[in-house]
Amino acid sequence: MRFLIGALLIACAGVAGAGLEAYEFTDAAEEQRFKELIAELRCLVCQNQSLLDSDASLAEDLRRETYNLMKTGRDDAQIVQYLVDRYGNFVRYRPPLDPSTYLLWFGPLVLFLLGGFWVFRTVRHQRAAPQISEADAERAARLLDEESK
Amino acid sequence: MKRWLPLGIFAVLAVLLGIGLSLDPRKVPSPLIGKSMPAFELAQLHDAERTVSDADLRGEVSVLNVWGTWCAGCRAEHDVLLRLARTGLVRIIGLNWKDDRQAAQQWLRELGNPYALSAFDQDGRVAIDWGVYGAPETFIMDATGIVRYKHIGVLNDELLDQEILPLLKKLKSET
Repeated sequence: MRFLIGALLIACAGVAGAGLEAYEFTDAAEEQRFKELIAELRCLVCQNQSLLDSDASLAEDLRRETYNLMKTGRDDAQIVQYLVDRYGNFVRYRPPLDPSTYLLWFGPLVLFLLGGFWVFRTVRHQRAAPQISEADAERAARLLDEESK
Repeated sequence: MKRWLPLGIFAVLAVLLGIGLSLDPRKVPSPLIGKSMPAFELAQLHDAERTVSDADLRGEVSVLNVWGTWCAGCRAEHDVLLRLARTGLVRIIGLNWKDDRQAAQQWLRELGNPYALSAFDQDGRVAIDWGVYGAPETFIMDATGIVRYKHIGVLNDELLDQEILPLLKKLKSET
């Protein structure tokens, strides 16, 4: 059992951060920055994996490219822009706020407000005293009287 | 009226989900469309001493096809490329991507060579500049070097007849 858990842990350790051993960093902060950056970028071959996770050959190329750009002193925004210029916004896991993504960013909020308004209206409607005519009220009172006799 | 509301919501959702299912998530729109093609210079596939560059694609309507011998789809579309080359409408430039030089040369000897020129991009640097992520990919540039069209995936006869040949003829008439 213990052996099995150990084996599983080792397998998982291999999954997080595919083939990063090849890269050398001046310090832990730089390595951290590199990992955070490639975790934000999508591998276009296996689209549900980031460049950090993916073993695809293209992901390896893009990791190397990112590393080289970082080593030549570009900041994170410049590196992301470099990839967006080539692969489009799809390469980013966090889409930017621009007119083509307004629906994506604000759609849930609009749905939430509409739903809230609908619930508010329904509840208020139910709370209002039921309107009945005088004749109906008299009849109800008479029936209740007969009942209690 | 009110009791039809859930049915209405269901119908709208069904249509939206149906559209979502029919889209191909692998077809990512290229940001290069409408822009000038990326500059590059690479060794030729058949002769490492000579080079191919974006200058070879400028001045007339051109097609760039990204392929590799490891790519099954590239074999599938090869006959279509040969047919396009035989029309004589346009020069096709091959970008041999992350491949083996010998294997690629042998492939072209055996299957026929539709390319006027072949570039050899072993480390994939140039392919990144072109936003390539899955071979085969095909780009069409107008005479001024602006990228006008990109197809990701295998070319077939229908696509060639209905989209690519009409576009090439249109681009040629613009110049």
